[in-house]
Amino acid sequence: MKILRSALLWLILFSLGMAAFSQGILNPYQQLILSYIAINVILATSLNLVNGFCGQFSLGHAGFMAVGAYVSAVLSLHFKVFTGSLDFLNFPFYALAGGSVAAVAGWLVGMPSLKLRGDYLAIVTLGFGEIIRVILLNMESVGGARGLYGVPGPTNFFVGTALAFFLAGGTWLVLWRLTQSSFGRAFLSVKEDEVASECMGVNTTQTKVFAFVVSSFFAGVGGSLFAHTTNYLNPASFQFMKSVDVVIMVVLGGMGSLTGSVLAAIFVTILPEALRPLQEYTGVDLRMVIYSLSLILLMILRPQGLLGSREWNSFFPFKKRGAK
Amino acid sequence: MKKFIFGSLILSFFNFGMIGCTGNSDKASNDSEIRIGQFGSLTGAEATFGQSTDKGIRLAIDAVNAAGGVKGKKIKLITEDNQGKPDEAAAVVKKLITQDNVLALLGEVASNRSLAAAPIAQQFRIPMISPSSTNPKVTEIGNYIFRVCFIDPFQGPVMAKFAFEDLKVKKVAILKDLKSDYSLGLTEFFEKKFKELGGEITSIQNFQTGDTDFKAQLTAIRSEKPDAIFIPAYYTEVGLIARQARQLGIKATLLGGDGWDSPKLFEIGGEAIEGAYYSNHYSTESPNPATQEFIKKYKEKYSETPDGMAASGYDAARVLVQALEKVDELTPDKVREAIAETKDFKGATGTITIDQNRNADKEAFIVQVKDKGLKFIRTLSLK
Repeated sequence: MKILRSALLWLILFSLGMAAFSQGILNPYQQLILSYIAINVILATSLNLVNGFCGQFSLGHAGFMAVGAYVSAVLSLHFKVFTGSLDFLNFPFYALAGGSVAAVAGWLVGMPSLKLRGDYLAIVTLGFGEIIRVILLNMESVGGARGLYGVPGPTNFFVGTALAFFLAGGTWLVLWRLTQSSFGRAFLSVKEDEVASECMGVNTTQTKVFAFVVSSFFAGVGGSLFAHTTNYLNPASFQFMKSVDVVIMVVLGGMGSLTGSVLAAIFVTILPEALRPLQEYTGVDLRMVIYSLSLILLMILRPQGLLGSREWNSFFPFKKRGAK
Repeated sequence: MKKFIFGSLILSFFNFGMIGCTGNSDKASNDSEIRIGQFGSLTGAEATFGQSTDKGIRLAIDAVNAAGGVKGKKIKLITEDNQGKPDEAAAVVKKLITQDNVLALLGEVASNRSLAAAPIAQQFRIPMISPSSTNPKVTEIGNYIFRVCFIDPFQGPVMAKFAFEDLKVKKVAILKDLKSDYSLGLTEFFEKKFKELGGEITSIQNFQTGDTDFKAQLTAIRSEKPDAIFIPAYYTEVGLIARQARQLGIKATLLGGDGWDSPKLFEIGGEAIEGAYYSNHYSTESPNPATQEFIKKYKEKYSETPDGMAASGYDAARVLVQALEKVDELTPDKVREAIAETKDFKGATGTITIDQNRNADKEAFIVQVKDKGLKFIRTLSLK
């Protein structure tokens, strides 16, 4: 309990610090990129739970993200739960709601399909992502192909950037504690050998469904942040390629390394933006060429990803966590 | 204590990293130049739209700069690519406004990108002129958003009127792109007007951007024997639809909107697209002297014939330049007022008057595809 409380305190301090820092020094565009980083961290770490730790292959993250985004956006357009001085609680509430609906969707998809093994899950989740997108495309009430615009966004930076970082940090914390716990070790055992772990008394299907639901929940939270950051939703933003982007982050950072996912999310978000000035000078769009090239090079040189399956604490041998 | 030091170390490491990554933040705003932002789909599925518009805008801006600029200041055009993605459009517009400190924005062609960008321009009170977003919602976002083209509630009915009165067709099938707001809007307005005139819509079939096989929808349409098929979509799909329709033996006249306007249409559609009609922002055969002058200049610079997107981009940039010249003080608010007052502006796409809803009031050009080129049929308005 004590460690959780201090972690929560650190988390709040960290997000407020990031928010104050970005408010003081960065312009709104840079703050936007920071928010995108937070969103991508949430998406990448949560997908890593399924793809990295559990060894399953999900390609439907954009679908769950879309569920969270649209639920959250529609809620914020029609309901205001907290008013007055508690106003700032609205956005965390929407994020929670978006995440919960996404988790339910994750459970519905996961229940039947996680009894399958290997590539089948990839196909099912891919199909799910497309179904969600097509449904949204045909729903006039959420704008259809025109998109849903006028989604309210946080008005001050404490509920904007700070919330984004709080949620990103919270995601990290939950996943970190989960994967380090004995319960979470079951994920790894499922990844290594399903038959062996079943012999050891691990309910593999239940473990996989649990990981999948948690992962979908956080995808929904990420989607909710996305909705309120861009203030505009379009089904085109949740295409198959969005899922692939997240998979890239996971693979790049290292399957089974939360720290790696965080680093990769930061890298993948910043690189295309940092290369923007290049286009101004050269006049040609070299951005995507360099971006893709750097991904190819990284994968050739480090096929296990940036960190493999190592975490940040393995780089600090003086600090042995859980050694006692 | 140890924990505290460790935590602070991580924090500061992270923060320094961020500063490094977002380095070139303040390009000091230079008083000797006027910064104008442009965003468009220079890459992606609708790349020719963005590239043509970019060429048109550059032609206009370069001409102004060559003549000494506005009020002795050169115009600096900052172009950003949004890869045809709405969320990317939102990001680049935020960048143009807050990092490059632009005075005004030019863009986008596609309505869904304009819809993503416009709220941001409105929020920061930066005037934005869309060259060719025809969806009515775009300028409804706020009083800083303008356009220099006609809107779908005008374009759709014009095509319906042309089909009914000039082509004398009575039965029309519609093949619409479910994924594009542009297509949905046009379908709605075309259908309404055509029925009002006494025509019959045999059926409305759907497809999605990126589809390559339309045989199922076309077979359904063939059995209804329509006189014409209205395809409000973008050029890539239109070309494929035309080919497959002719393969299936459908002889109906093909009709469309400004989304057809690209040289790629003739490449993809080939023989099949010959004889089709569409409504456009301009025609190279228009007798209008401003149009002919634009075509001459464009050919000199790029040695190719400009399409409608290029002409719209050119006009958007020139309307903006005219507003810049008119104001006594270069602030976004003054520029906005000046743009709103634009009246009887002689543009390459016709005479432009910005109405009270910040839309351009002008005529549509009906063109026909002939010998891999466009033949000017007539101008048409609803009055």
